[in-house]
Amino acid sequence: MTTELFTGAEMVVKSLSALKVKYIFGYPGGSVLDIYDAIFQQDEIEHILVRHEQAATHMADGYTRATGEVGVVLATSGPGATNCVTGIATAYMDSIPMVVLAGQVATSLIGNDAFQETDIVGCTRPIIKHSFSCRSLADIPVAISKAFYIASTGRPGPVVVELPKDILIPQNKGPFNIETDIKIRSYNPNIKGHPKQIKKAAQTISNAKRLVVYSGGGIVLSDASELLTKLVETLKAPITNTLMGLGGISGTHKQFIGMLGMHGSLEANKSMANADVILALGARFDDRVTNNVEKFCPNATIVHVDIDPTSISKTINAHIPIVGLVDVVMQQLLDELTDINFSPDEAALSQWWQQINLWRNVKSISYEQDENEKIKPQRVVEALYKITEGDAYVCSDVGQHQMFAAQYYPFAKPRQWINSGGAGTMGFGLPAAMGVKLAFPDKHVICITGDGSIQMNIQELSTCSQYKLPVVIVTLNNRSLGMVRQWQDMVYGGRHSSSYMESLPDFVKVAEAYGHVGIQIDSLDELEEKLTQAFNIKDRLVFVDVMVDEKEHVYPMQIRTGAIDEMWLKKGVKS
Amino acid sequence: MRRILAILMENEPGSLSRIVGLFSQRAFNIESLTVAPTDDNSLSRMTIATKGDDKVLEQIVKQVNKLIDVIKITDITDRKHIERELLLVKVTAMNDKSRTEVTRITDIFRGNIIDIGKHVYTVQLTGDAEKLNAFINALQNETEIIESARSGCVGMARGDQALRI
Repeated sequence: MTTELFTGAEMVVKSLSALKVKYIFGYPGGSVLDIYDAIFQQDEIEHILVRHEQAATHMADGYTRATGEVGVVLATSGPGATNCVTGIATAYMDSIPMVVLAGQVATSLIGNDAFQETDIVGCTRPIIKHSFSCRSLADIPVAISKAFYIASTGRPGPVVVELPKDILIPQNKGPFNIETDIKIRSYNPNIKGHPKQIKKAAQTISNAKRLVVYSGGGIVLSDASELLTKLVETLKAPITNTLMGLGGISGTHKQFIGMLGMHGSLEANKSMANADVILALGARFDDRVTNNVEKFCPNATIVHVDIDPTSISKTINAHIPIVGLVDVVMQQLLDELTDINFSPDEAALSQWWQQINLWRNVKSISYEQDENEKIKPQRVVEALYKITEGDAYVCSDVGQHQMFAAQYYPFAKPRQWINSGGAGTMGFGLPAAMGVKLAFPDKHVICITGDGSIQMNIQELSTCSQYKLPVVIVTLNNRSLGMVRQWQDMVYGGRHSSSYMESLPDFVKVAEAYGHVGIQIDSLDELEEKLTQAFNIKDRLVFVDVMVDEKEHVYPMQIRTGAIDEMWLKKGVKS
Repeated sequence: MRRILAILMENEPGSLSRIVGLFSQRAFNIESLTVAPTDDNSLSRMTIATKGDDKVLEQIVKQVNKLIDVIKITDITDRKHIERELLLVKVTAMNDKSRTEVTRITDIFRGNIIDIGKHVYTVQLTGDAEKLNAFINALQNETEIIESARSGCVGMARGDQALRI
């Protein structure tokens, strides 16, 4: 009996197939042509050709954030691979599982400064969970299956697999074996929380008078929102979400007190500052949450649940650290609370809610719209919420529009809100929305963006034409880099250094040039009508260019070097 | 405060660069670093001497442990442990006086003269960092140091404790 032999390129495709991959996002080039040839000769996996490798990473990322499946990127050596760097960093900062297959020059040429040679493993080392350099045919299936396992378990993250040309070519063949049940002796992420810590945490929570639940992206990544809601309803405590955690509990839940942090609600930040116990679930006390760490919640006992031990006590000391999967730990906590016959201290709870309601009544997330003046960007987001009945996937870029989207579109479900929170990558929104639309063609998928961000990956309008991806792009066009401009107004004496976009294209014509529909909205009275019109076009991409008030700032906003709850509520008004 | 970390990791290409990269990426200090394969050739053993307060050290240990290639890391500083470093030092030995002095100091420190040239002696000494520093000071008082090379420390817990898989 003879064993069937395969080329390395075929092994790449067969490995991905064995791992049930549906899509590869990529761009061809010299070193990966053999893989492209192998892709051409099968029909299990569809390749999506983007117009820039950065967009391939963001598209894979958006696909993953919406579906939970590992995104796969394929790029050639040298510039193809380095173009992926921003997308890899974006995925890394938000713990998104991704496998990036990067071509490399032939092994005999590595180190010779060959054409399109870059040490991509070296370039990406600080922004990956792990990487593999394949050097033989047999390495290929092992590296790819391990890459998927590492990317998707523990704290998820991107993994790079480097594939030199000479192990892909038709001249080299070998037998194909893939092991999908992976064990790695040096990698054993914790799953369950330590029982002693669970007991301690349950006791601390039971004794709390002013408890706040603070949950983050970990809830979304582990699909733990039902469990979170159950826990929060058991505790009857207020809950705040990080930017990454929005949708972890419904944005309209009565115990939800809004996003916390730099542009969070006053009630969320005040509750944190005045809490006696903070239960942190899958959140990492990021600097955009804490503000000045020296002044952070001085009276709170902190219970910190996270899968990644390095996140615990990195910026803020945790009194009760629990390392484990957040869904597993929440179940352990619920069980323990049942065992100790937990019932909340109703008197303390009612007093706590009374206090919180006073902060709520300040209505920190609000704006003033004069009906005869320019459209306020917040109004656009509110209109989108109304028209899509809160059921759209909302992908955003980075800047003011991102914060307005987070503040004014209450997300009902996890994975509905997709943004680059950790890295803050402009240009993320459109390709991410394309990835979501590919996964959910029948859903409304919006890319809320700005006139700055959209131009960082606007070439992807072409990919949208090719694959018929009718996302709705809504540009909050303020003819400037709004967030930069806001900081320049507030911190740099109003000197708008390089924050104007003085040569904006006609976005309607740009959209039309790519075969899409372009709509411009100039005044408030046409806002809802034209937006509705945009959502009624189901089979074509609609680019809605909304002229908004360029002077609007995002409020509330934490005051630099202050405590978490020291905020500007509007121009010149402090909390 | 100075800490000695012992690390057991996969003996894979790129493992060392991940550790070194991590230290520079997160602005951790490396005073010395030694690495070599162990009796089990699939494993490398590394010893890192570093400095930092408790909070920094906690992060270093956790961050190193998080690397996929790392199997175990332990801070041996506070336990009973053995710490050794190798020094090779080439000194001027021009005349009888300096030759006698170098030989005498080497004997006192239980070192060995392992090579001689026309006007130089090369001395080998092992010990902890403090002993090596003292030896260098003693030599400097008597002769001129032409070249010196230190291995950085290797360390191991005393007694039955072992860093193994």
